[in-house]
Amino acid sequence: MMMILGYPAPLLFGQLLLGLINGAFYAMLSLGLAVIFGMLNIINFAHGALFMMGAFVAWMLLNYLGIGYFPALILAPLIVGAFGMVLERTLIRPLYKLDHLYGLLLTFGVALVIEGLFRNAYGSSGMPYQIPAVLGGGTNLGFMFLPNYRAWVVLVAIVMCLGTWLVIEKTRLGALLRAATENPAMVQAFGVNVPRLITLTYGGGVALAAFAGVLAAPIYSVNPNMGTSFINVVFAVVVIGGMGSILGSILTGFGLGVIEGLTKVFYPQASSTVIFLVMVIVLLARPGGLFGKAA
Amino acid sequence: MGITRRALLATVPLLGATGARAATEAPVDPVRIGVLTDLSGPYRDVTGPTSVACVRQAAAEFTRMLPGIAIEVIAGDHQNKADIGVAIVREWFDRGGVDMVIDVPTSSVALAVAAVAAEKNKVYVNSGAGTPDLTGSACNANTVKWTFDTYMLAKSTATAVVREGGQSWFFITPDYVFGHQLQRDATRFLTASGGTVLGAAVYPFPETTDFSSYLVQARASGAKVIAFCNAGNDTVNSIKQAREFGLGGPGQMLAGLLASLGVVHSLGLEAGRDLLLTESFYWNLNQRTRAFTSRLLAGSGGTIYPNMAQAGCYAGALHYLKAVAALGVAQAREDGAGVVAEMKRLPYDDDAFGQGLIRADGRALVPAYLFRVKSPPESTGPWDLYRLIATLPGEQAAPPLAEEHCKLIPA
Repeated sequence: MMMILGYPAPLLFGQLLLGLINGAFYAMLSLGLAVIFGMLNIINFAHGALFMMGAFVAWMLLNYLGIGYFPALILAPLIVGAFGMVLERTLIRPLYKLDHLYGLLLTFGVALVIEGLFRNAYGSSGMPYQIPAVLGGGTNLGFMFLPNYRAWVVLVAIVMCLGTWLVIEKTRLGALLRAATENPAMVQAFGVNVPRLITLTYGGGVALAAFAGVLAAPIYSVNPNMGTSFINVVFAVVVIGGMGSILGSILTGFGLGVIEGLTKVFYPQASSTVIFLVMVIVLLARPGGLFGKAA
Repeated sequence: MGITRRALLATVPLLGATGARAATEAPVDPVRIGVLTDLSGPYRDVTGPTSVACVRQAAAEFTRMLPGIAIEVIAGDHQNKADIGVAIVREWFDRGGVDMVIDVPTSSVALAVAAVAAEKNKVYVNSGAGTPDLTGSACNANTVKWTFDTYMLAKSTATAVVREGGQSWFFITPDYVFGHQLQRDATRFLTASGGTVLGAAVYPFPETTDFSSYLVQARASGAKVIAFCNAGNDTVNSIKQAREFGLGGPGQMLAGLLASLGVVHSLGLEAGRDLLLTESFYWNLNQRTRAFTSRLLAGSGGTIYPNMAQAGCYAGALHYLKAVAALGVAQAREDGAGVVAEMKRLPYDDDAFGQGLIRADGRALVPAYLFRVKSPPESTGPWDLYRLIATLPGEQAAPPLAEEHCKLIPA
């Protein structure tokens, strides 16, 4: 058997692949956060709760209305996105002129309320959500057994991340958005409805979180705390990638997933802290983050 | 004006009340039971509100038998933190007039509360925590341990799994006391039965949700048994992901060392099928357990069927109240250790656990049942989840007194 650094190569390759899968979730979640921060200057602490809502809406669609996984993949983000837009219109909007801290506190409170409501209604141990039959089973890659569903998650996540990046960097809509961030008054003068654009952006960022939630539902049990466990890591990803940098958050998300995966081979107990270690090092060397503009 | 029948009837309760008051002179403070549990965290569903409902059920049934003793049940959320749990219990004992604390899942909190109960000479019935130290090195005269401990789980499940041909083991263990204790106990029993341990993956607790790395290691080890030493949501997530990674197929067994009814219900039968696990209570064991469960569901309006920890809250509270009645409320209030001594003297008898004794170290000798989770076609309803495989009598399911080093037992 081939050995790398004293470890069997199949084990390392396996963990690399698993890291990539986790990275897919980090990337999708931090992408939504980066879009919202980049365009709205709001640190959206409710992101984890909205991710959880996505998973719960998928579960509700299945159990109350008999709507399966694939339609839910589209419907749940739309429903949660609409909820996000209501949130933006009613609660978040008045805070744009204030310090970042107010938005952070508000969204943190919103997250606690949403999680509390779901915990009250559904308990904390979670609801089962089966992997759709088409994506069940797995493939033996020789060095590891890869469940088909996980392969699907990576594939969809990459498509989604690239799609979002293209929309923001290469389309007219994206150009308008970036312009509105830069100088809202000027863009408004050209006849663009900037407040609506901002509401839609928030809705879009939230929909991305909900989409990741639906993808996560069959892997993790659908429970009110599922967002909390991700959100800390995801914030670290956004900070390392550079606050508001779209491409930065995507690449960092996948990259950190891989680093975390490898740590699980060499020293598993440290796997939950290694990301924060990277964060400290990056912030010392480049305070603006890897892909951020100078702070 | 003539006396109407209604007016006459209205005086009846009044008469009763004056009679009671005359007997005891002053209005009596009710016997207060505090349910200290996890109302918001990962153990909410395996203890939590259903534990509270079980204690209320015991109080209601006791009141029907002996209406003279007033009972009040209150609940507190310890958030799985020892400092918060201790603060609540001190407040209850010092100012809240609480006489007895029950449930207390999470071993670290459970051990801290035991010390407070002894210091204040109150009664402490633990049902929800797994640590055997409550009747061992940390035992005291004010504590009763109902339902289960890691010794019982390990002995029942590990021995049975090896007997069924599960010779080689791989553990998936959370990196904290409970996980290590469970793995240690299981290792002891499986090696005693001729099994071997091929490896263990110790994961950071509580921040792990993705178990794939550890499951891939488990698969690579080639072990015949993958044993999960975790609880609550962790168990649900890790077993679900184990199925996804093709573990537990032909020739390989999954063993949940602390998987209870709610966990299996969350998992679903597709992911949970054939899992071996141990509980000391199941709603569908016999006529009495079924009767208890239907009374509980009707009384609380709940839809969650109780597991062993929750049923233990019912049985523990009921037995406590019987001891209080035997001693008289005033004396019971004064001396918690005296009530516990009375609880040990009286045999317990309830619909959830049947009849039995509480040993000198405070351990209620309840039988341990080994179950296999049904497959989807076998199950006839959402809570029809277990098939009984074997029963371990109460005396054998509890840690031997000689090994416990409990200071209540003369060496």
